[in-house]
Amino acid sequence: MPTAAPRPVSLPPLAAAAALAAGAILASATLTGCSIGSAEAAERAEGAVPRLRPTPADAIVGEERAVLTAAPNVPPPITRAHATKVIVELETTEEVKRLADGVSYTFWTFGGEVPGKFIRVREGDQVEFHLKNHAHSTVPHNIDLHAVTGPGGGAAATLTLPGGESVFTFAAMNPGLYVYHCAVSPVPMHIANGMYGMILVEPKGGLPKVDREFYVMQSEFYAKPGAAAGAPHTLDMERGAAEQPTHVVFNGSVGALTGDRALQAKVGERVRLFVGNGGPNLVSSFHVIGEVFDHVYGEGGTMVTQKNVQTTLIPAGGSGIVEFGVEKPGTLVLVDHSIFRAFNKGALAMLNVTGEDAPRVYAQNKGLPMAAH
Amino acid sequence: MRRLAAVLALLALAPRAGAAADDAAGRRPGAEMVRLPAGTYRPLYGRPGDAPTAVAAFRLDRDAATRGEFLAFVRERPEWRRGAVRPLFADRRGYLADWAGDLDAGDATDRRRPVTGVSWFAAKAYCAWRGKRLPTVHEWEYAAAASATRRDAGREPWFVQDLLTRYTTRPRPLPALPAGAGNLYGVRGLHGLAWEWTADFNSVLVSDDSRGVGARDHDLFCASAAVGATDPGNYPAFLRYALRAGLTGRAAVETLGVRCAA
Repeated sequence: MPTAAPRPVSLPPLAAAAALAAGAILASATLTGCSIGSAEAAERAEGAVPRLRPTPADAIVGEERAVLTAAPNVPPPITRAHATKVIVELETTEEVKRLADGVSYTFWTFGGEVPGKFIRVREGDQVEFHLKNHAHSTVPHNIDLHAVTGPGGGAAATLTLPGGESVFTFAAMNPGLYVYHCAVSPVPMHIANGMYGMILVEPKGGLPKVDREFYVMQSEFYAKPGAAAGAPHTLDMERGAAEQPTHVVFNGSVGALTGDRALQAKVGERVRLFVGNGGPNLVSSFHVIGEVFDHVYGEGGTMVTQKNVQTTLIPAGGSGIVEFGVEKPGTLVLVDHSIFRAFNKGALAMLNVTGEDAPRVYAQNKGLPMAAH
Repeated sequence: MRRLAAVLALLALAPRAGAAADDAAGRRPGAEMVRLPAGTYRPLYGRPGDAPTAVAAFRLDRDAATRGEFLAFVRERPEWRRGAVRPLFADRRGYLADWAGDLDAGDATDRRRPVTGVSWFAAKAYCAWRGKRLPTVHEWEYAAAASATRRDAGREPWFVQDLLTRYTTRPRPLPALPAGAGNLYGVRGLHGLAWEWTADFNSVLVSDDSRGVGARDHDLFCASAAVGATDPGNYPAFLRYALRAGLTGRAAVETLGVRCAA
């Protein structure tokens, strides 16, 4: 790693060269300021890692407050062509909400919602992150954003007592779609109670234009009924350790994206889903019934890694971006195709497509009457 | 003036009509202590193969300190009133933040609720004022490891689950004391109400990022303790240690109170 102290003796030749080059860059930065030329040379070197490039294009210009959205909404695309200082404010809370019909749960949240609020910044931005912990919280919380390069992804700088606030800054160096979560001990409990969300670091130049963007995050719950009738459910320790959830859901509760709350799109539109998986344990076989993903940005990276995909894996603590056009009216069903989870445990959401029929895309010619949509 | 303060303090300390659940001896909930015999327990953090930690016999308040008791304290020790406390000794944003005023701890019922939002310095001064002291982490954990029937229930799945549920579904506001069933020693409300200060809360430091258990060196205060959990399934204990790791002596948290030992 170029960031480590150069120890050429113990490194293979290529890595040693990179380390030396990085050392030289560091030295030149220290002594004379960064030389763009040598920085670019280092970037081209094999095994090079993304670094801050304080070129004029990356100068931090101005300051803005991030607009955070609750799922399934996504903040609008970033149109500015420069980096800026972005202030993000997020508060951790603990609250009783509906997990499923007849089941309330004591959720731990980022921003009062499960999944936590969606954050959107631009590659190169300097993010000033304010984490508050509500005074009524039982326990301290912190935040590990997978987009962060540095100790604990921010966790080491944000342990926040109930009633307190922590502030740390980071450079959004790597574009992509990242999970964030609480990492206070015992971390599985904080995640199992709902403490995760996503941050999109939009690449310079943005993502290709689409008509609709949605935020969909899978996670599972291990709910144990309270002692008294009607008391909220809480984490079932044994089920958690055995990885046997009672509920597997999209966007924090069974039915969060069905019926009146279904996602909406119109025939002819292009749809992008920012899909995350908070876990804490399960890997999702994410599939949309009645649709093929035209593009998949595998594992939430910035490259279309595959085209024409039926089912894509979303790792726990990971993400994926999928894009598709909707060509036929009807209801598309989002599922974890580990299908008992969809059928029995809640891992099911809906995207209603309305508009003019397209019989050439799909038509029933003979058989029982088609289900009404 | 001094005399008046003393009278007021006595009034505040006097049994109230509302305290119907006082024990048979008619004493105030917070006044009574129970004796815990000497014994050993296995702390959350230690080296594999370590001998269990010995805890000498000590006494512990049967119930947490109430607002009323703390009111009596601040009446006598004005330097610990909300408006007077030195910021070095208490974070004023949280210190007794749910009181209506320096000497207004609420109505009779409120005054029987556990006091919270007290700093370590204030908690220590309070116990000293009572002629007592704060329990050590070992003492507190030793007492807290007991179920109603067993001394060391910390590794029993049902006990772990029960504590997790209690910790995540704490009543708000906290109930008037006495509340909670006593454990084997007769200590009440150790788990279902507020967290409680310990004298050496910062002697065992948990990593702020909990996933690197054992990988980091944390002997800031406790020279001997290599950090590494002996029981990764004891989530309730992790929650307690994580809170302690986030505390400083001046922290005043709405879910953190005090119980004295002797």
